[in-house]
Amino acid sequence: MSDLINVKVTVNGMAYEREVEPRMLLVDFIRHELGLTGTHVGCEHGVCGTCTILFDGSPVRSCLLFAVQAVGHEIRTIEGLGTIDHLHPVQEAFREAHGAQCGFCTPGMIMSVLPFLEENQDPTEQEIREAIDGNLCRCTGYQHIIQAVELASDKLAEQRQSVKEGR
Amino acid sequence: MKPASFEYYAPTNVDEALARLAELGYGVKVLAGGQSLVPSMNFRLAQPPALLDLNNVQELFYIRPTSDGGVAIGTMTRDSQVEHDALIKEKFPIIAAAMHFMAHPQIRNRGTFGGAIAHADPTAQLPAVVLALNGRMRIRSQQGERWVAAEEFFVGPFTSVLEPEELLVEVELPPTPAHSGWSYRQMERQAGAQALVGVAVMVSLDEAGKCRSARIAFLSVGETAVLARQAAQMLTGQKPTAELIHAAAETAANVDIEPGGDIHCSVEYRRHLAEVLARQALTEAFERAGR
Repeated sequence: MSDLINVKVTVNGMAYEREVEPRMLLVDFIRHELGLTGTHVGCEHGVCGTCTILFDGSPVRSCLLFAVQAVGHEIRTIEGLGTIDHLHPVQEAFREAHGAQCGFCTPGMIMSVLPFLEENQDPTEQEIREAIDGNLCRCTGYQHIIQAVELASDKLAEQRQSVKEGR
Repeated sequence: MKPASFEYYAPTNVDEALARLAELGYGVKVLAGGQSLVPSMNFRLAQPPALLDLNNVQELFYIRPTSDGGVAIGTMTRDSQVEHDALIKEKFPIIAAAMHFMAHPQIRNRGTFGGAIAHADPTAQLPAVVLALNGRMRIRSQQGERWVAAEEFFVGPFTSVLEPEELLVEVELPPTPAHSGWSYRQMERQAGAQALVGVAVMVSLDEAGKCRSARIAFLSVGETAVLARQAAQMLTGQKPTAELIHAAAETAANVDIEPGGDIHCSVEYRRHLAEVLARQALTEAFERAGR
């Protein structure tokens, strides 16, 4: 076993500190060391997208990073969005449009869609398809996910509008 | 599917990285974006005893214009940064076009430009694009620095001229001449998957509308990215008529490359794709050059 390395990292705005082996994948760190099991482990080689998190604001695969590489970086996981009582608009849209079936791919889908919808406030269907082409879903056939993203885009637009109007 | 143990080194400058490479040689593997290395470690296809992580080496993250009108890209510049960079878009639109086919946005957010070159995957887009753009690689070791042209850099599957104590620090792309045109085409089975065949084409025209230069670089048709030299020779100095483009694409697919077959693509189908894609790409590139 290699020497343990001290990892200080911010996840969803909270500071954490752990001692881990260099070989520990970031996704395993998030799940097993921090207990944040919303980020899922799928293929473990960067293909399925279910482990997608935001790393300094950009969606990346947490199965293709080592926890030691996250030192000093900001991570956001699905737990950092809404709460059960107050879902994030993107989560709400996935619920309303039935964007989740078994739910396994959903955290990765949402973490991919979140920065996409910030950059592209009125996406076309083709753009949505491309935005989620790195996230596999084995249940839905994607139709409801695409509808959920369209709905999420509308909800975010409403939210921006009401912020603008000071409501 | 978890990686085997390794020692972890995270230098903060190139000198420190080179010292570690000199010390450990084959006993250490450089970790750039890790989007190919970490999967192979997860599968335990790769079990390097030590990793040299360049992600804290700030001096390797840059895109800057060179004095001759080209662009230099620091080896650790993220693919997505290159993809969306205004200078790159203006000077080398072929790069963003090819990157569109490179895995997925989440991979390009972490993957690095130099990493994709050093990895020398014969099915990857960037080696072929850099070959088409006639790029050159800046390589450093404690002994000094050397430059290697893309044509010399790739020597086999996942093998480049890089020695174990050397580091690829920069990819330099020369300016494209006036009246240049480009095209990138590929066929894949699903979005983000390996290309069955891909082709990157750069051409330029002279004042008379004749082909001054043509560089046709294929991926997924051999042990490295492959330059179609005879096809380029057929075009050079000639008017790029539809007939000539047809003939050049045929030569490219049947003479210049020696593709293998696999479960997804027979040799015959690969040659067929190479011909069709080269024809489309050449036609598009000459059209753009003529505008």
